[in-house]
Amino acid sequence: MKKITSKTALTSISDSEIEKKDFRRRDFLKLTGASIASIAILGMTSCKKDHDNDMDNSGKGMYFGSGDIAILNYAYALEQLEAAFYIHLVNNPYSGISEMEKAFFTDLRDHEIAHREFFKMALGAKAISSLEFNLSGINFSSRASVLATAKTFEDLGVSAYNGAGWLIKDPNYLLLAGKIVSVEARHAAWVRDMIDNGSFANQEVVDSNGLDLAKSPSVVLSAAAPFIKSKIDVKDLPTY
Amino acid sequence: MNLLNVFEQINTVDPEFSDRISPRREAIKNLASISKKITFATLPFFVSELFKKAYGATAPTDVNGVLNYALTLEYLEAEYYTMGVAKAGLIPSGKPLGAITNIRDHEIAHVNFLKQVLGNKAVSKPTFDFTAGGTFGNVFSNYDTFLAVAQAFEDTGVRAYKGQAGILLGNRVVLTAALQIHSVEARHASHIRQMRRARGGAAADQKPWITGSNDTGIGAVVDPIYAGENNIIQAGVDITSLSGHMGKISSNAATQAFDEPLAAEAVLNIAGLFIKA
Repeated sequence: MKKITSKTALTSISDSEIEKKDFRRRDFLKLTGASIASIAILGMTSCKKDHDNDMDNSGKGMYFGSGDIAILNYAYALEQLEAAFYIHLVNNPYSGISEMEKAFFTDLRDHEIAHREFFKMALGAKAISSLEFNLSGINFSSRASVLATAKTFEDLGVSAYNGAGWLIKDPNYLLLAGKIVSVEARHAAWVRDMIDNGSFANQEVVDSNGLDLAKSPSVVLSAAAPFIKSKIDVKDLPTY
Repeated sequence: MNLLNVFEQINTVDPEFSDRISPRREAIKNLASISKKITFATLPFFVSELFKKAYGATAPTDVNGVLNYALTLEYLEAEYYTMGVAKAGLIPSGKPLGAITNIRDHEIAHVNFLKQVLGNKAVSKPTFDFTAGGTFGNVFSNYDTFLAVAQAFEDTGVRAYKGQAGILLGNRVVLTAALQIHSVEARHASHIRQMRRARGGAAADQKPWITGSNDTGIGAVVDPIYAGENNIIQAGVDITSLSGHMGKISSNAATQAFDEPLAAEAVLNIAGLFIKA
């Protein structure tokens, strides 16, 4: 992968720290204790033959690429997950869903499909193929379960774009990420208000400096891993 | 993390900084020029000399400039909500007052955070006129006007931060912080849009996300704030040509799914209406 050199790092991060941005499985494991469990789940799932993917030429899973391409594929993967969730939700609404909830969840579905299809088109031949997801842990007949999952996904999406922004090299891609992340934040605020009116930006997500969450790609993928059935290869995905 | 220290080092340790941002600035300018043209074509406002006086510059061109530009907008929002919350009987008690107080606290936190990062380079707070020279004369006596102006500020804030991201490209500390403020402003915008929707009237059909251009029901006076939000082309891709759930993605969904940036000049013109000196 293309090394991130000090020439492109505007901050005072040392070279040894910059080296760490190269995504290595070993570093991934070192990052957080919590991530280990998720990786194990991912690893076990990926051993099953029926989940082997056609695009998997290396035997290591779908390759995200490196640099900005890897970050775009990372965003594409998250948008695929959100779209799959909302498609299932709108097709299988919980009983007693209000007209407004149904209309707005349909909007969310269409926004995530728009993001997903945009990334697919923008990435062209470099796009990963469609991922398979495991949504079996979500009780779609329960409003509380659906809203809690939507909150998790939307807050995670916001933190993912916020945390990956500085890793992006191309200003056009950065601007696109910016155009999408604020829409995810609008979603997150609405979903949170449906759970508890007034929780749109509470202390779970906004710190004492008034700053929203920002998470590294490795941390975000650890959180998303239980939902991702397909085997993925993110060894060259920039992270920290 | 010592933000101030890191920030100092950006300017002193990095001799190639300006070399590297100039091509980027060119790219940003090209992107921004589209929305700028639309903005000026529909702009009923004049370029505010007052804002320039208070701010001491026009569009930001470096990290410091972006931070001071952000600080000025945060001063505006912080003072606005502080005055609104302090005005007895303006905001209904309970959930509405709770939400606006929460937003006020975030804007004050943003001001303090940006001032801390900028240190002695921080611009001072301008004197504001939230009636915008009488356009919103009842802003602190009519709750609906108060919410309408709040929404205008939040949606402008989201666009303003987005418009400056390119100058902060690759900057782990400052870009990340700017993005973290940016998404909080978007959460605010979403909630205030819901509050206005719940009030009914002209905003009854408004959603937490922006549909087309100027979906606010406020009127043409806020057209410049939403100019270009009806864009459906992203990186050369017509979003309405892509496959949706059934058929193609609708025009409404295509505009809602992507928030658009606003060039600094347009933001300064809007903010300038609320600045006395």
